[in-house]
Amino acid sequence: MFGRLTWSAIPFDQPIVMGTCAAVGVVLLVIFALVTFKGWWPYLWREWITSVDHKRIGAMYMILGLVMLVRGFSDAIMMRTQQALAAGHAAGYLPPEHFDQIFSAHGTIMIFFVAMPFVIGLMNFALPLQLGVRDVAFPKLNSVSFWLTAAGVLLVNLSLFVGEFARTGWLAYPPLSELAYSPGVGVDYYLWSLQLSGLGTLLSGINLTTTILKLRAPGMGYKRMPVFCWTALASNLLIVAAFPVLTATFAMLLLDRYCGFHFFTNDLGGNPMMYINLIWIWGHPEVYILILPAFGVFSEVVATFSGKPLFGYRSMVLATMAICVLSFMVWLHHFFTMGAGADVNGFFGIATMIIAVPTGVKVFNWLFTLYGARVQYNVPVYWTLGFIVTFVIGGMTGVLMAIPPADFVLHNSLFLIAHFHNVVIGGVVFGVMAGMTYWFPKAFGFKLNERLGKAVFWCWFIGFYLAFMPLYALGLMGATRRMQHYPDTHWQPLMLVALSGAVVILLGIVLTVIQIAVSIRQRHANRDRSGDPWNARTLEWSIPSPPPAWNFTRLPSVEGTDAYWHMKKEGTAQRPLPGAYVDLHLPRNSPVGVFLAFFAVTLGFALIWRIYWLAAVGLVGAVVVALIESWKTDLAIRVPAPEVEAFEHAHATAPLRGPSGSRDTVHDDVVATSGDRS
Amino acid sequence: MVVTEKLCGLAHAAMEFPRRLRCSARHWLRDRTSPFPGRSVVGILLGCMMLASCSEGVLDPHGQVGRAERVILGDATAIMLAVVIPVIILTLVFAWWFRAGNRRAVYRPEWEYSGRIELIIWAIPTLVILFLGGIAWIGSHDLDPPKPLDSATPPLEVEVVSLDWRWLFIYPREHIATINYLVVPTGVPVHFRLTSTSVMNSFFIPQLGSQIYTMPGMTTQLNLQADSPGTYAGLSAQFSGPGFSDMRFTLRAEPIERFEGWVAQVRAGSGVLNEPILAQLVRPTRAAGELTYGSVPRDPFEMVAGGHMATLWSPKEAL
Repeated sequence: MFGRLTWSAIPFDQPIVMGTCAAVGVVLLVIFALVTFKGWWPYLWREWITSVDHKRIGAMYMILGLVMLVRGFSDAIMMRTQQALAAGHAAGYLPPEHFDQIFSAHGTIMIFFVAMPFVIGLMNFALPLQLGVRDVAFPKLNSVSFWLTAAGVLLVNLSLFVGEFARTGWLAYPPLSELAYSPGVGVDYYLWSLQLSGLGTLLSGINLTTTILKLRAPGMGYKRMPVFCWTALASNLLIVAAFPVLTATFAMLLLDRYCGFHFFTNDLGGNPMMYINLIWIWGHPEVYILILPAFGVFSEVVATFSGKPLFGYRSMVLATMAICVLSFMVWLHHFFTMGAGADVNGFFGIATMIIAVPTGVKVFNWLFTLYGARVQYNVPVYWTLGFIVTFVIGGMTGVLMAIPPADFVLHNSLFLIAHFHNVVIGGVVFGVMAGMTYWFPKAFGFKLNERLGKAVFWCWFIGFYLAFMPLYALGLMGATRRMQHYPDTHWQPLMLVALSGAVVILLGIVLTVIQIAVSIRQRHANRDRSGDPWNARTLEWSIPSPPPAWNFTRLPSVEGTDAYWHMKKEGTAQRPLPGAYVDLHLPRNSPVGVFLAFFAVTLGFALIWRIYWLAAVGLVGAVVVALIESWKTDLAIRVPAPEVEAFEHAHATAPLRGPSGSRDTVHDDVVATSGDRS
Repeated sequence: MVVTEKLCGLAHAAMEFPRRLRCSARHWLRDRTSPFPGRSVVGILLGCMMLASCSEGVLDPHGQVGRAERVILGDATAIMLAVVIPVIILTLVFAWWFRAGNRRAVYRPEWEYSGRIELIIWAIPTLVILFLGGIAWIGSHDLDPPKPLDSATPPLEVEVVSLDWRWLFIYPREHIATINYLVVPTGVPVHFRLTSTSVMNSFFIPQLGSQIYTMPGMTTQLNLQADSPGTYAGLSAQFSGPGFSDMRFTLRAEPIERFEGWVAQVRAGSGVLNEPILAQLVRPTRAAGELTYGSVPRDPFEMVAGGHMATLWSPKEAL
């Protein structure tokens, strides 16, 4: 009846797990009670859960990422504590079977359920606004994508309380992940949660690619797209090309595990190396899927807060697309040590290094954007400068490991761990934090607290160096990744320093939560009434904050790059728009995403525990929900013209020569420059 | 390898000096009362670098492979630092000088293109990568793991089998075998052939150089040499299950005469590595000690590498 699911699946004997379980239960109960007591369910259902508005979905992705950051970080600090303790004969406090789950969960969660939701959330929110359109190409599909990601998140978190998670590392290399060596449900949790969220990511990639290629404001040719849109295009093209590989690879491993196939087994013709090639054919583009949008954020931030256009727009675009193509030609550098020949290793080493050329060009472009700037030191600039300083170090160690003989001694060492955290924290996390601070006022109508924002930055920045510079050193000293304990006691001081860095980062995460709470309390003081709090350059700042459901009352006409900047210069950026208003048609809310996710979780959970009747229920339920949705014909709601007009008038901009506001500065600057130049 | 070393001789010499300097700085810092060198972040970071450069690890190699690899590490880092450090400094200088409050800085709100600068910023990384690409290509050929080392002495043959979770070393010519330790003569190249009975591992002795994976049903090769006598720590660098952290072994390098004496002594000793014993060895074992087999009647390496050993186990059994 319940397959392999018995009471023994719940780890009653593990105090850490049960404590977490109780804490999560209490928090969920409090939230549930609060929402019920306040009567917020209808609001949540109407405005968020069933919303197909890209801005709401983007915000939900960000919240999901933040929540999972807490989970992934808890794993991180547990690992750092274990390694700080378990030197010499000490065993630490985590036995291997628990420690192995923790590092596997940490990697899986941080990449798939923190970095991906963050990056997709930013793209979801900002892309249609920057492109000057009303929504993504397929709004309902967007909701389905989000909820499938959430389904994956739910399954991963269930594994904490019911059963176990994989003990194989975050990429589940066979033969270790095959049934013979991992007979438990851990790898199944891993596979099914990533299959569900991977499907969501693929749909999201198709959606956003289509949006960029087919929906742009009139006049916005490719050469006029903001750089963030270009990086998002590259990232989404990579998603479309790479995620099917991941799905197919996992499908083969699932066939091995469930149906006795032999794709990657040791015997009967299976070949584990096939899996390792395939997973990295997805895995290497994946890191560019994450970093490219972050590059886009930095490009927007550096231009906006410098008060000048990005230096070398064409170079930037070229570099972005070069990285997009090259990222598919380097996967083998993840296993130089598996005995490929010298020619193969040399080829992939050089191919990897070539990516450093466009990346280096990007860094120089940001550098020269700062030249001749008038830099406003807001929080996003801190993140950007911190990024440049940190990322070039990470890039350097990356190129170092692209040299095959150097990789022969650094592969799988803590040096590697330090390298990829250097680029993922210094690049992706810093980029996401910059983007979140930058677009927050656009999304919610008020700015985040600056002082706390700077404190958060310094915590992450200092914490990163404290946590990962010792790991570089330890790697050179011969320490490998994933050690539950180690004999050399002279590694311990560095492990303790690394732990202290993790504590500083923890402080940063706590301060982020405080920052958001304080900013919500102070929202009236930090209200963004102009819609353009940073004196920015792109179209999303031409509309009120938060934008109306329809984004643009009339699609803007784009005359060049930095479209909004030109409008401000020409004096055409004003509200209310002149002329007559028309009725607008918006996509209707749909619960299909959340229903599909419900059945998907049911299906995944049932398959993990081999409860086949329940799996059938999940599958049939999902198909029925999709079919019912497909037959719906009343898909749009109408926003009457008077309502649109009323909104426009309620959000009228201040007159151009008003007493305060950014517009004055713009004009002064323009005048001042023409003076400078003559 | 010779080419690389010649190419990099200068940088090598240059590297030695700061290394010595750092080591003495470390001793100086050790005399301080605080357990950690320095109170500031910078102090701690410097301390890390110093520790790394002095203690056993890939920066303290005792064989030609490891030494060549350290040269490559040093050179590549030096070449890249020549660009990275100026970029960091320029970033901070530009950001500071062109701050909004600095009225002396010239504001160029329309400046977004300069052909000359574009040329330079594409050229700098390209040149660096051309140079590093050369190092990578030459290095991956010179230091290709299966490539025999330059030596007048014929290599010692050793077969490596990774078990769960210990290392089996077979000396096919000497017909002896050891578990979790191996003894090699100094100054003599060692030719390893490696495979695994179950999951993947990576065979790595940081102070001798290159690592290589051991994979079931496949054979990899590696050539290493220990130049000076000593005991070098070896480990698995690829996660292989719950016993992974204990998959450590030692390599003892001894002068050739003592090595030969050791072989003779092992042969005289008891212990036979036959199929029943092998069947015991492949069972999951954690934190196992060293073992020695004075005779190996039939070399099991080809059988293991051919995948003709059913050794499937489950972690449940192992715990």
